[in-house]
Order: sequence, then C-alpha cells, then structure tokens
Amino acid sequence: MTIREVIEVLSGQILVDNHELDNDVPMGGAADLMSDVLAFGTEGMVLMTGLTNPQTVRTAEMAGIEVVVFVRDKTPPPETIALARDLGITLIRTGYTMYEACGRLYNAGLPGRGLVKIENNSW
Amino acid sequence: MTTQEITKVQELIYTTRVETVMATNVVVVDPSMTMGEVKRLMQEKRISGAPVMRGDTMVGIVSMTDVLDVTEQGLLGDPVTRHMTREVKTILKDSSVLEAVSNLDRQGFARLPVVDQNGRLVGIVTTGTMIRALLREMDISFQKKEAEKLQSYRARHIFQDIVSDDTSVILRFVVAEKDFDNAGKAASAIKKSLQRLGVIPSIVRRVAVAVYEAEMNLVIHTDVGGVITVDVRSRRIKINAVDHGPGIEDVVKVLQPGYSTAPEWIRDMGFGAGMGLANIKRCADVMKLLSGPGSGTRLDIEFLLDNDGSGGRMDASKKT
Repeated sequence: MTIREVIEVLSGQILVDNHELDNDVPMGGAADLMSDVLAFGTEGMVLMTGLTNPQTVRTAEMAGIEVVVFVRDKTPPPETIALARDLGITLIRTGYTMYEACGRLYNAGLPGRGLVKIENNSW
Repeated sequence: MTTQEITKVQELIYTTRVETVMATNVVVVDPSMTMGEVKRLMQEKRISGAPVMRGDTMVGIVSMTDVLDVTEQGLLGDPVTRHMTREVKTILKDSSVLEAVSNLDRQGFARLPVVDQNGRLVGIVTTGTMIRALLREMDISFQKKEAEKLQSYRARHIFQDIVSDDTSVILRFVVAEKDFDNAGKAASAIKKSLQRLGVIPSIVRRVAVAVYEAEMNLVIHTDVGGVITVDVRSRRIKINAVDHGPGIEDVVKVLQPGYSTAPEWIRDMGFGAGMGLANIKRCADVMKLLSGPGSGTRLDIEFLLDNDGSGGRMDASKKT
C-alpha cells in the first residue's frame, strides 16, 4: 500500500512530509508502549500510536520505522514535529481511534507481521 | 556509471512526468509566414523546429529539415503551410517521460508538442529538454547522497588505514538522568556512526534498539546519569552502560519480561513496561548485567559482526 492510500483510508492529514506519497509501506503495526515497538516493530512498517512525545519519533528511528500515524486526532507538540523533520520521518494524523484506524488499514489490505515469537536474536 | 546510477535514471524516466521536462516558452510559427521567415526565426531563436499555430489551434509542425529542403529547392518564398507536417504527434503533459522517449526514439520525431487535457499547447519536449531536466533531477539527488557516501567512505576505511594488531574506535556518551528531551540522542549518534563505519543494516538496527533501551534505563532509573561506551572493532562491537545509581535489587527478576520498577509518569510516556532488558538481551549476542543495591549498575553487551558468515564484518575493500 502506498503512503497516499494510507492517508486516504484514514482520511488523514500530513503533519510532516518526508516521503514521496507513492512510496510503498509493507505492513502496519500499533502500540502505545515504545518498548513494544522496539521489540515487535518491523523495518518500514507504518506505526499507529496515541503517544505524541518526541520519544515516539526516536523509537521509530531506532526501529527503522519511517511513517508514524497519530490516532484520535492528537496533535504532537512542536518538539516532536521538529525531531521528525530532522530525522526524515513522516507524521500523519487521523481522526479515527486506534482500533478503527488499524481496522480500516487492515481491511484495505495492509498486513501486520503475523504471530509474534519472542526468541533471542529473532530479528 | 554504476548500476545504481542507471537504475536511478530508469526510475526517473518512469516516474517523472513530461510536464517537468518540457520547455514552456514555446516558439510558434504563424501560418501566414513564409519559409524564409521561418528560417530566420529558427536561427534567431536557435531552435530546430516549431509548431504552426492558427490562434489556439495547432495546424502543423515545421522543422529545420523542412527549411533545408526548401532552401535547396529555392522555395524560401513559399508559405510555411505548403511544407509543414500536417499530422502532428503530440503528447499529454501527464504522460511519463518513458512514453516521450519511446515516441521520440522509435517513431523518429525530433520534438513533441505537449498538450493538456483540452488539447491546448503547453510546452514542447525534445531530447535536449529531457536530458537537461533529468540531469538536474539526478544532480539534486546525487549531491545529497554523495555527501553522505563520502563521509561513510572515509570512516569505513579506518580499519584498513590505521595499522595495528587490533584497531578499535571508541565512542563515549554521557547520559543525563531524568532528561527525557535528550534521551535517545546517544543511540541516534551511535546508529549514524555505525552506518558510516559500514556495519550491515540488520546489525546496526539491533545495536540501535539495544542502546536506546539501555540509554532509557539510565535516564529513567538513575539519579546521577551514566556513561555509554561503544568499542567498535573490525569483528565485533562491545558496548557498556555504566552508572553509579541506586543499583538493582534482584538482577534475575529484572530480566523477566514485564517486570518493572518504573514510576507512573514514565509509563505515561510509553516506557517502563518491563521489556527493556529483555529486549536488549534479545538483540545482543552476549549480555552481562552486574549490579547490587547501592553499588551502581554495569551492563555489558556484545555484537559479533561475522558470526553468521553473512558478511556482517565491516567491508572496507569494496569500492563505492
């Protein structure tokens, strides 16, 4: 699915634009716990979250996530926006809840990462 | 040109629209002009062809070849309408450059007038306008990449350029306690440095995640901050995070996923779920945790760069 389609499906709005909208995103994921993102985040996935502090962007950077969607129409503070601009991460905002944002994307064909197994070095 | 650069050209040809590679200041010819007047116009404007326009309607196209033909025949006084090509091949402004290239190439046209959805003339595309535009696009994307490449090229060669029995690059970071605004800066710098040193991306990612978790632990759990040291060698990366904070009561318990002593405000920020050390352990090839109440904490982690034979070792011999 392209970033453009993600935005359309979520009736979203771009807050920080760092990617071509025709770029593909392979899968999606959602979490409010950043440790979960670090543990289960997959390179290139779209991250849905309700957490808007700058650490969300930092976490995305470490996990190799380039597109972050803030759910429930949350507006991140200026520091978050500035950091995303610096680090080349695209930020999107949607009025849907976490549940519905994920549901809509999944329904539109954006897969998740399937069953998760915690093993040593399972990256 | 390397393969990568050719791919970039192909990508541009596929993704760029004719609109961005056309010339917009189109010189047009009026049907009332003679071939002699057309010749002077072309010489003056240094162009090799022009659409013939009656008002907003394109009635033909005339080229330098037509001019040369009539010059030979001594017919420069003829009206342009007698010698122009009447069936004009045009291209939509939203078409891809690929389509323009194939029309120009295979069908032998030297120029294509560009029209919008309503058939109105908006520009003209020739091999020349395309090459100039594509070179400009490539130049912009290359300049960015070259700067980064040069930095990583220099850094990557350190293990060959500096001669010793065992060279290592040591990076040190001081992490302040409770400073959430700057938390993650060390991990971010380490990630960039390892990329420049030529460590393969999958290992860079594991190191970045582990160091970030370790850095957050220093920020969250210590009252004096701590120091992260990264020792990069050609075959392995050793990292330690040391603090003189309160220490850990039970080093076995803290390794259990979900066990957390983080205060509520940290949890509100999305951290302190008790996954940190478990996550570090999962990322690292070797992990050691030394701590006791009141005696600070020392975390040692190690990443092997060539244990899986996949070429994780820094490869400085490859020329880029």
